[in-house]
Amino acid sequence: MNINATLLGQVISFAIFVWFCLKFVWPPLIAAMEERKAKIADGLDAADRAMRDLELAQNKATDRLKEAKQDAAVIIDEAKKRASQIVEESKDKAREEGERLITAAQAEIEQEANRAREQLRSQVVVLALAGAEKVLERSVDDETNRALVEQLAAQL
Amino acid sequence: MASETITAEEYISHHLTNLTYGQHHDGSWGFAHSAQEAADMGFWAINVDTFGFSLFLGVLFMFVFRLVAKSPTTGVPGGLQNMVEMVVEFVDDNVKSMFHHKNNLIAPLGLTIFVWVLLMNIMDLIPIDFLPEAGKALGIHFLKVVPSTDVNITMGMALSIFALVVYYSIKQKGIGGFAAELSLHPFGKWGLPVNLFLEVVNLLAKPISLGLRLFGNLYAGEMIFILIALLPFWAQWALSVPWAIFHILIIVLQAFIFMVLTIVYLAMAHDEH
Repeated sequence: MNINATLLGQVISFAIFVWFCLKFVWPPLIAAMEERKAKIADGLDAADRAMRDLELAQNKATDRLKEAKQDAAVIIDEAKKRASQIVEESKDKAREEGERLITAAQAEIEQEANRAREQLRSQVVVLALAGAEKVLERSVDDETNRALVEQLAAQL
Repeated sequence: MASETITAEEYISHHLTNLTYGQHHDGSWGFAHSAQEAADMGFWAINVDTFGFSLFLGVLFMFVFRLVAKSPTTGVPGGLQNMVEMVVEFVDDNVKSMFHHKNNLIAPLGLTIFVWVLLMNIMDLIPIDFLPEAGKALGIHFLKVVPSTDVNITMGMALSIFALVVYYSIKQKGIGGFAAELSLHPFGKWGLPVNLFLEVVNLLAKPISLGLRLFGNLYAGEMIFILIALLPFWAQWALSVPWAIFHILIIVLQAFIFMVLTIVYLAMAHDEH
């Protein structure tokens, strides 16, 4: 345990190691660490910003959605109104058409009936006459008979 | 126990003797063959073992840290870089909390001290006979493997720090300021001799306590390992394992204290009173 030149050796090597550390070890390590710190801070900042952006976008989206819903409600209302209107209109049209058809049919029926009645009437006259002729076997007075029968036919 | 043929006393003193290279009495240069011979070599001798290990550990430290510092990634660091950065950040935090002046030397100085002293102390955990026995097989008769159990090593560092303290005291306050600091406290200018005496003692106590604290702690720890090694081989583990575990604490703590005191002393040298 003597004090000897080891002491000086240690002083010199200590100085060299400290110098080396000061020059070549400490600065790059600290620089890298600082840079990483800055990077992380940037990253956190960016994350914050993104979070805020996301919130804004979400708000906007909900607003849009609400608007769209309102618009849709208005449109649906209008459509419903329009639909009932159309239904009413077509109902009216159909009724009119039906009525028209019914009147036409009734007119035709009447016409046909009249025609049939006329025909029937004329044939009845002939039949009656023939019948009467057969019954009497002889014609009393053709003219009087005819007048009589026509009177009869008119009563039918 | 190294061998049955030597006594306990010889075993202990063998473990406490450095491998010293210097000039013999007869004028020739060579290794000392006994503690007495080493002492007789005077100042111009060198403890090859402790100084060698100290250098080796310092180079190892610089090599590993330089390896990382050469191409540090700013992305996700790998295992080695992580470890190195953890140490660097630890030292940086300590320096920042204790040293409030602008000086780029302090942090690297603290890092060098912490890691180097830590590595030197860790040598204490290598089983006590491993390296000396290996050395013996290679023809080296003395081998002290823990550099911080050599007072030359610890005082070498402590005195370097003392030189820095004096240098920065003068640089920051000027020679007059430094002299005033030494002579005008604590009793004012009429108590100048007393002040000077107190302050000089105070100043000198710093490096001496710094160096001797580290040396004393590690020397004592080493001594206990040596004493444990004198027990029968089957009983040694019962003591050496708990002591080694406890010693891990001392090893880190002493390295930390050495670094912290260095920073504090240098901060005091920068402070104006």
